[in-house]
Amino acid sequence: MRRSHRLLIHAALIAVGAAILVPVIWVITAGFRTQISLLTGEFLFNPVLSNFTEVLFSKTSDFLVNYRNSLIVGSASTVLCLTIATLAAWSLARLDWPRWVVHVFLGWALLFQMLPPLALAGAWYTMARAVGLENSFAGLILAHTVLNLPMALWLMGVFVREVPLELEEAARIDGASTPVLLWHVVLPLIAPGLAACAILTFVFSWNEFAVALNLTMKQTATVPVAIAKFAQDFEIRYTQMAAAAGLSILPALVLLIIGQRYIVRGLTQGAVK
Amino acid sequence: MKGEGALSRWGTFGPALLLMLALGLLPLANLVYTSFHTVTWSGGRATFTPVGIKHYLDLPHDPLLRAGLRNTIVFAIGAVGGQMVLGFALAMLCSRVSRGRVVYRALFILPILIPGIVIGAIWKLMLNYDFGLLNQITDLFGFEPRNWLGDQSTALASVIAVDIWHWTPFCFLLLLAGLESLPQDPYEAARIDGATWWQELRYITLPLMAPAIAVTFAFRLVIAFKVFDEIYLMTGGGPVTATEVLSFTLFQRLFTEDRAGYGSAMAIAIIFLCSLMLVVALSVRRRSETAG
Repeated sequence: MRRSHRLLIHAALIAVGAAILVPVIWVITAGFRTQISLLTGEFLFNPVLSNFTEVLFSKTSDFLVNYRNSLIVGSASTVLCLTIATLAAWSLARLDWPRWVVHVFLGWALLFQMLPPLALAGAWYTMARAVGLENSFAGLILAHTVLNLPMALWLMGVFVREVPLELEEAARIDGASTPVLLWHVVLPLIAPGLAACAILTFVFSWNEFAVALNLTMKQTATVPVAIAKFAQDFEIRYTQMAAAAGLSILPALVLLIIGQRYIVRGLTQGAVK
Repeated sequence: MKGEGALSRWGTFGPALLLMLALGLLPLANLVYTSFHTVTWSGGRATFTPVGIKHYLDLPHDPLLRAGLRNTIVFAIGAVGGQMVLGFALAMLCSRVSRGRVVYRALFILPILIPGIVIGAIWKLMLNYDFGLLNQITDLFGFEPRNWLGDQSTALASVIAVDIWHWTPFCFLLLLAGLESLPQDPYEAARIDGATWWQELRYITLPLMAPAIAVTFAFRLVIAFKVFDEIYLMTGGGPVTATEVLSFTLFQRLFTEDRAGYGSAMAIAIIFLCSLMLVVALSVRRRSETAG
């Protein structure tokens, strides 16, 4: 390729990168502005921290609690979802289940993945109330687990089938029981796949809004629910909304920096295979 | 592996099956039951009055549902179409550079990881009439400021544009992975034969990429069909019904207005529509597999 060609391509890619970054950076900087500075649209401004202290520590805001809630729900549902999905993916791939069982189950999982979560949120709320879980994390953790289960099943299915069958058979001949086989042979080999799946499951749980809106109360509300409230309160506090939005992207940024490889792998694996 | 004990069979598959039945199938049964009743509340107790298929018959006459269906179709076609074209173009460009590809990819992934509600917040600020960055930029070029999200003529287009910003990176990522896994021999042969850039694209890249394109398209269509968060925050379905989408109609009828019976019937209808799309998608895939 000619040098001028290559430069043109880089210029186009950099322009797209700017289109992606500029809105994010602009909103993050808006979190450091005063309301007046934002409204007058001055380009250079004296950064202030008041929005962040207001969002994090004022009596009218529960953002730290929301942050903790999101971390609890995200971690618990990720661990639960990955454990259940990995076991089931291995079971369906390696044990001789009748074909119709596999087809019906995966077909149902695929259809379930397509449904708007809102269609089920009402019924989940009724069920949670029937067993007294409507104001605890358990209901939302279970809901996020089942929402992410189809994706986790699919991804872990791909990774589990990559484990060489001879290795598993050799372990069997040496007398390994199923738990030993899974823990000592399968798990180490699918660890990178698990990492990819874990990051995506956590991010999707962290981002989920529609179900969290209906299954949480004031004390159990997650970050997206809190941000929606910022945007809809009596008078919209734009700069605080911007500060809260900036804070809520932090986990995604950290995961993007330390786990880019895994995210790319997780997102592309299902589609290429 | 034959001869597995029942314990390891059900110990591994049981939890997933239980979860998908208890939290997937049971709520569905609950929805079906509720959809044939009208639910009234008195003194904290719900009373179910059977009404037969009345709710289902009411569905076609619901103006909000008609607007929701129409807008969802426009939204899905506009947003997913835009994302596929842009994503493919970006993937083609990115596959041609060797240096910096990792950096570009890391940068382009960012919007996928941001919560939908925060995307809504970002663009509600960006598109604000008084101080939004977009109006500041158009002002530099001498255009009048516009109320992008508040004007009936631009609201749906704006929401589609935001969705394109949000999800083009996803299409880009999947299509780039597809491009990276293509065999190189056909291209070398074509170059020897003196094929033009367009001929390479038309006769080699596109046919080889067809499966990856189909999968990406299906993925995106499913997510576009469920869109809720961004719209909830940016427009709330308005102005009037300009950005009313199916998920939002369901939310209003089922939760805001608390019409459990009618809302359940609507949920079942939407689920039926989803299964129909799934059956069509699967049969198309099967046909293309047997044809290819």
